[in-house]
Amino acid sequence: MTTTTASTPEGMIAEGAAKARPARLWRDTLSSVLHQRSAVVGLIILGFLVFVAVFADVIATHDPNKSLLGVEDGLVRRSAPCVHLLGCPADQPQHIFGTDGNFRDLFSRVVHGARTSLTVGLAAVSFAIIVGATIGALAGYFGGSSDNILMRFMDVLLAFPSLLLAIAIVTALGPNLTNALLAIGIVSIPIYARIVRASVLDTKERDFVTASRALGESGRGVLTRRILPNSVTPLVVAATLGIGAAVLEIAALSFVGVTGDLTRPEWGSMIGLERNQLFNSPHVILAPAVAITLTVLAFTLIGDGLRDALDPRLNR
Amino acid sequence: MTTFIIRRTLVTLPVLLGIVFLVFVLARVIPGDPCTEVLGEHATAAQCEVWAEEHGLNRPIPVQFLGYLAQIARGDFGDSVRLSRPVTTMLIERLPTTVELTLFAMFVAIVVGIPLGMLSAVRRNSATDVSTMMFANLGVSIPVFVLGLILAYVFAVGLKGTPLALPSSGRLSAGVEVIPLAVAWGLQDWTGVPRGILDFVSGLYVFSSLISGQWGAAGDAFRHLILPAVALATIPMAIIARITRSSLLEVLGLDYVRTARAKGVGERAVILRHAMRNALLPIVTIIGLQLGLLLSGAVLTETVFNLSGVGRTLYEAITARDYIVIQGFTLVIAVVYVLINLAVDISYGFLDPRIHQR
Repeated sequence: MTTTTASTPEGMIAEGAAKARPARLWRDTLSSVLHQRSAVVGLIILGFLVFVAVFADVIATHDPNKSLLGVEDGLVRRSAPCVHLLGCPADQPQHIFGTDGNFRDLFSRVVHGARTSLTVGLAAVSFAIIVGATIGALAGYFGGSSDNILMRFMDVLLAFPSLLLAIAIVTALGPNLTNALLAIGIVSIPIYARIVRASVLDTKERDFVTASRALGESGRGVLTRRILPNSVTPLVVAATLGIGAAVLEIAALSFVGVTGDLTRPEWGSMIGLERNQLFNSPHVILAPAVAITLTVLAFTLIGDGLRDALDPRLNR
Repeated sequence: MTTFIIRRTLVTLPVLLGIVFLVFVLARVIPGDPCTEVLGEHATAAQCEVWAEEHGLNRPIPVQFLGYLAQIARGDFGDSVRLSRPVTTMLIERLPTTVELTLFAMFVAIVVGIPLGMLSAVRRNSATDVSTMMFANLGVSIPVFVLGLILAYVFAVGLKGTPLALPSSGRLSAGVEVIPLAVAWGLQDWTGVPRGILDFVSGLYVFSSLISGQWGAAGDAFRHLILPAVALATIPMAIIARITRSSLLEVLGLDYVRTARAKGVGERAVILRHAMRNALLPIVTIIGLQLGLLLSGAVLTETVFNLSGVGRTLYEAITARDYIVIQGFTLVIAVVYVLINLAVDISYGFLDPRIHQR
């Protein structure tokens, strides 16, 4: 490990920097991810979902919130899917996924639901990462009693079943989607705090960090410029899987009905509202259910692919 | 080993205290006045004053907290504000439902998940492996409540009238009853803690009806348990299968496994006796973590399958701001979870002697 270049502090920094040269790492990762069939499937599904979420207004055939009762002739409540091209009689109004219990177009609601789920998932995980990474970095870097206090607090948060804690937090803050997002973020903070702490502990005694300190870099600079970049890899994997988990949790919170406005096109509330209709009109449950499953599946596949690609123990 | 166990146990004490405190605070910041919740919308300020006095709610918060600590140390969790019943009684009634459901789900997850993962690892990249992992990936992606609804649809409605039909609601069929152990064994004069334990065990319907020879009730309770348990088991099953696969694959690449094969040890023995033993550590970790997740899933499963267990009780208590029930139930769940993790950590010591020597 002791090469001639690494014997001076500058050389050690160069070595540390070379190890984590970002552009190349990401290029290698991407090509490695693209070589895994399952990860590619995940990326395709996610690409499709993002496309749907961004262009929801164009793709949706109807207003997702508008009841079509009295607007369209021959409309039945919870009508089965009807596509004219596929042989549905022309005298019936066309609804790709059918209609829901309030005479609304199900397809348009599912399409708009993609926007809600992806936004909330991404926002909840971003919040959790920002707070969790800060806590983990401080705990790992300073060690001692601050480490002990911060991490025991994380242990306390981890001691509650996440969904129940989230329900309690939403109820405490007031039941609406923003607070549900916050609650999901809060319950997943410990995951990211632990990851960052572990990686900081692993990195902070390395030679290139000592060298950079010897060169007079401030504590903050050492932490943010030398140590933290090494946590990015495990964080990216956890975050990808975390978004999937957040999508599931937001659906669960909406299903039990603590996210406020139940008329919003949101997959979990769509299932929650119609849960007793599975026996009569399964399509009103299955359409949002398949959407949730596809979304979570996409993040699971990509997360696994990233983990395999970034894990140095696996031979590539 | 003993010092390792003692040290690990001592570390959990501050966490337990933190849990009690967090639960106490959380139950109090939930908005809404418990008084109007209990006495009705039209309760006057004076009535509320008297009510708060009776329940000790107008004392300073720190005093209330110390009082609460002393109270739970005596095993008294207070009385439900809404139902005016002791929380301890409610726990004895409802905890067994969740315990039975969770344990059975965990059993299903382990018994199916580990062999699936092993099969996948041994036949790496075969059609079996690919389809098992596809199944596992789907399993972690389906929301528990959707799976529960679908299972209920298929088995309770679709297969109605066939021998495969299964009940999708409640714990027993109408008219079927599990006679409590206290009655079955003539121990009605028991009181206090032993009676509490006896009643708790009686609440584990399948177990208690089996040990007291109520075969009909046992079968009925078991049939009611299958659908919710399978719904609840799917996610941990999928996760356990994935971890088993990757952990076993890693171990199978190690030198000592090659040595064992070179010595002529049969493939079955290599996998079961040499490789699995070392592959087990991450699997045990995951199983411990999953127990906590199962409790989250239990809230949803209990809602879908109409079971009045801990999850559903807590959810109802939260929405009704019954803070005494919230406190008691959350506390018990969190403590159970911490103790499970403690048990997992200690079991590492036995599975991997390197750990406690560090």
